[in-house]
Amino acid sequence: MRIKLDRTMCDGFGACARHAPEYFSLDDWGYASLEGNGAIPEQDRDAVMRALLDCPVHAIIELSDSPTAAPQDARS
Amino acid sequence: MTTTTALTVAAWPGIQPRLLRHGDEAYAEYRKQGGYHPLDDADHLLGEVDLSGLLGRGGAAFPLAVKLRAVRDNGRRCGGAVVVANGEEGEPASIKDRWLLRHRPHLVLDGLRLAAQIVEAERAHVYVSDSHAADVVETALADLDAATLAGLSVSVVTVAPGYVAGEETAAVRVLNGGPAKPTDKPPRPFEQGVAGMSTLVSNVETLANLPFLQRHGSATFRAHGTSASPGTFLATITGAERPPALYELPHGVAFTDLLSLHGVPTDRVRGVLMGGYFAGLVNRDMLDATLDHESVRRLGSALGCGAIAILTDDCPVAVAASVMAYYDRENAGQCGSCFNGTAAMSAVTEALRDGVATQDDLARLERWSVVLRGRGACATLDGATNLAASLLIQFPQLVARHLQNGCETCHAGAFSAVRPYEVEAVMTA
Repeated sequence: MRIKLDRTMCDGFGACARHAPEYFSLDDWGYASLEGNGAIPEQDRDAVMRALLDCPVHAIIELSDSPTAAPQDARS
Repeated sequence: MTTTTALTVAAWPGIQPRLLRHGDEAYAEYRKQGGYHPLDDADHLLGEVDLSGLLGRGGAAFPLAVKLRAVRDNGRRCGGAVVVANGEEGEPASIKDRWLLRHRPHLVLDGLRLAAQIVEAERAHVYVSDSHAADVVETALADLDAATLAGLSVSVVTVAPGYVAGEETAAVRVLNGGPAKPTDKPPRPFEQGVAGMSTLVSNVETLANLPFLQRHGSATFRAHGTSASPGTFLATITGAERPPALYELPHGVAFTDLLSLHGVPTDRVRGVLMGGYFAGLVNRDMLDATLDHESVRRLGSALGCGAIAILTDDCPVAVAASVMAYYDRENAGQCGSCFNGTAAMSAVTEALRDGVATQDDLARLERWSVVLRGRGACATLDGATNLAASLLIQFPQLVARHLQNGCETCHAGAFSAVRPYEVEAVMTA
């Protein structure tokens, strides 16, 4: 499972950080950011799904497998 | 009263400018000098872009060839590609993109057409907020026929100016009918952009380098610059109680040599504000730097879009307070970490300037400058954290003096500007 968090939608309810604190960190004002790259291993799927379904503003979105490739910067 | 002066526009002594010129560019003249030369082999030109090492000039310095290849490949897989020439120069202390569009529209359009052919796009947009630039580009487009543009359809899109409006996802959002505000990633424009297609959003100065590459090749391109920062770049120089200037510089020139060209004695320099506002402050260590990505990065800063404000009489704490207030006002108002974080950091930097900040305030500012990094959908909050972190790291003694309310410069009337070092406030470009 892959997810993203749309921070332009987050309203700081904080339900995500209660359900899956290792994937959602809150700032001093209660606004969330996603920890990691959005890939969720099977054992954490239920907790993250609970966060997704509980978000009042639907800021957590499940991603389909992307058909596009990321550009690789040769310098990094 | 503001005095309006003309912008100084000059190439580095001894170099043949690639981007700057005297007077406005007419179509016939541009064509006569080899412009709009038909492109026979797009893959060969992409190879030359790769060998040239051309880095994006919008601020992020991402290798253009990598971006071109990703857009072309994704476009082939997923229904085509679109190209956007990004001329919405959100940084108030930068003028180079507007200057290029106003005076060398054909150079930019020629680059746009080459980029479109490389990524196999049929549709392109010139994205600007400057109405003068938009008029000039529209007039230039009227000179061109379909054959010159190799069938590319180009439109000019004008938006209201704003710090965040030039961010690449904001450009895509406008072209899809939305507001000029960034979106969270993924997707990035190369994955899914205008009309859902793979989209190249490229700064106009970056594109303006492509006709040179087509004509002269990557080896000649690398005749100026350093191995990791090849070519020339446009630098907007403000501050130092001097009229602003736009210079074309080979990457790697010494900052002190730029100071003498600009007529600023080195002993008067307290520091610089780098990359427009985005890359924060650097102290007098800047006097040992050369103007290329690797040298400025070693100072914990960045060349960014090439805009450098030189601080002489202005107090760096007061400059930071004005720029932080600008971030507080000009952020998109979308991400909670950003609109809260910039407001909080602005309150502390203003208190510091005014000599009323406490040690606790300072500890909070230091923590925010670290933990808020990366917490916005776009890089605005990162710009604000760069500013806070660089103030604390680069000017610790000055910060300590402000904690004791002991800055004589600020007591005598602190630096204050709604748009610090804005070029167009003092000149006509």
